[in-house]
Amino acid sequence: MTDHRDQPAGFDRTRRNALTCLAGWSGAAVLWTVAGGVPRALGAADPAARAATPGRTFTFVQISDTHFGFHKEANPDIVGSFRRAAADINALAEAPALVVHTGDVSHLSKPEEFGQAKELLQEIHIDRVHTVPGEHDALDDGLAGYLKAFDHDGQGRTWYSFDQGGVHFIGLSNVLTFKMGTMTSLGDEQIAWLKRDLARVAHSTPIVVLAHIPLWTVHAAWGWGTADADQALALLRPYGSVTVLNGHVHQVLQKVEGHIALHTAMSLAYPLPKPGQEGIGEPGPVKVPAGELGKLLGTRQVTVVRGRHELALIDTPIDHA
Amino acid sequence: MKTNRHRMNRFRRAGMLTLLAAASPTLALEAPSIEIQKFAFAPREITIAPGTTIAWTNRDETPHTISADDHHFVSKAMDTGDRFEYTFSSEGDFKYFCTLHPFMTGIVHVRR
Repeated sequence: MTDHRDQPAGFDRTRRNALTCLAGWSGAAVLWTVAGGVPRALGAADPAARAATPGRTFTFVQISDTHFGFHKEANPDIVGSFRRAAADINALAEAPALVVHTGDVSHLSKPEEFGQAKELLQEIHIDRVHTVPGEHDALDDGLAGYLKAFDHDGQGRTWYSFDQGGVHFIGLSNVLTFKMGTMTSLGDEQIAWLKRDLARVAHSTPIVVLAHIPLWTVHAAWGWGTADADQALALLRPYGSVTVLNGHVHQVLQKVEGHIALHTAMSLAYPLPKPGQEGIGEPGPVKVPAGELGKLLGTRQVTVVRGRHELALIDTPIDHA
Repeated sequence: MKTNRHRMNRFRRAGMLTLLAAASPTLALEAPSIEIQKFAFAPREITIAPGTTIAWTNRDETPHTISADDHHFVSKAMDTGDRFEYTFSSEGDFKYFCTLHPFMTGIVHVRR
């Protein structure tokens, strides 16, 4: 067991360290496992595991892919699933400073779906929920309907940034520029904006990037990637701590590239297949027995500890002991 | 190659004429239908005469759209069971895709 809590700010954990790290975190019952070569935090079902981390920390929660309006066999009660997640978030021992929603708030971009989302999100006892749009939020009229409900900085744009708890948060949109036969993209205008935005951020500031579709190629044949993500990641590379939080694929996956850690999250609506899963030719909702569904949907608690490059992630399914 | 393609098209047209001849004279020209199933268009490729209307129906639980490569026709998001029709008036090859899943592609050949 290794505990990196006391590592100085300059400590540069190498990939080799990362691969071999099997560390207890925050002294509680959170276990790191090595999945796919990358450490991953598991569990947190035990309330003890959620005990407030000592020291200067900042905690927030990621939820994703709520798909309000979905009412099919893969999950006939998505509102119920959301409410279980909201109850879990409200019960966290350390109240999160904010909640981020990484897209596909709605299923079909309908005004009533965005309305229901706004209403239900209020059941999480939190001042502010920051969202980025998913492609399901950009149907028919582009992002006009989404922006009516979720225009965070009042500028009519789906990308924005803000600072909270010493972290620079950046929300990006990669759900509007679909071209035939290619993966989605961020687009030149947004990348130019990102460059200007980062110009005022010190390299020592932890950065959290929110975007719906993964900013790395998870599975190109299903469009699970962003064609011009490398341009955005190149702008982020000089920073000491960069965490990219994505949704879209409805499952926990991760990749580490130097100081940039990319993570996808579980959905709160329905599971999707593993990337390119054998026997399943397409990324449609996966139907599982009723008792299994709650193990595949969930929330993520993210904790920033001063002086650490890596953020601590705890993925908690809505079904937990 | 070109000759082969022309021959193929001739065969397709011949096939269609045979079908029309076999149909009852009172039967109106039904819109050829394309099913959207398992994130694919079936058939993916179709040849029709100018003025023909094609109807797409979504059989997936996931919404899809029909959008011309150059966006000259674009459907609204189609939920399960939703149908979209478009009439092809001029000759040509019209590629289309789903804007939500751009790897879903199809092509409509319109030939006299």
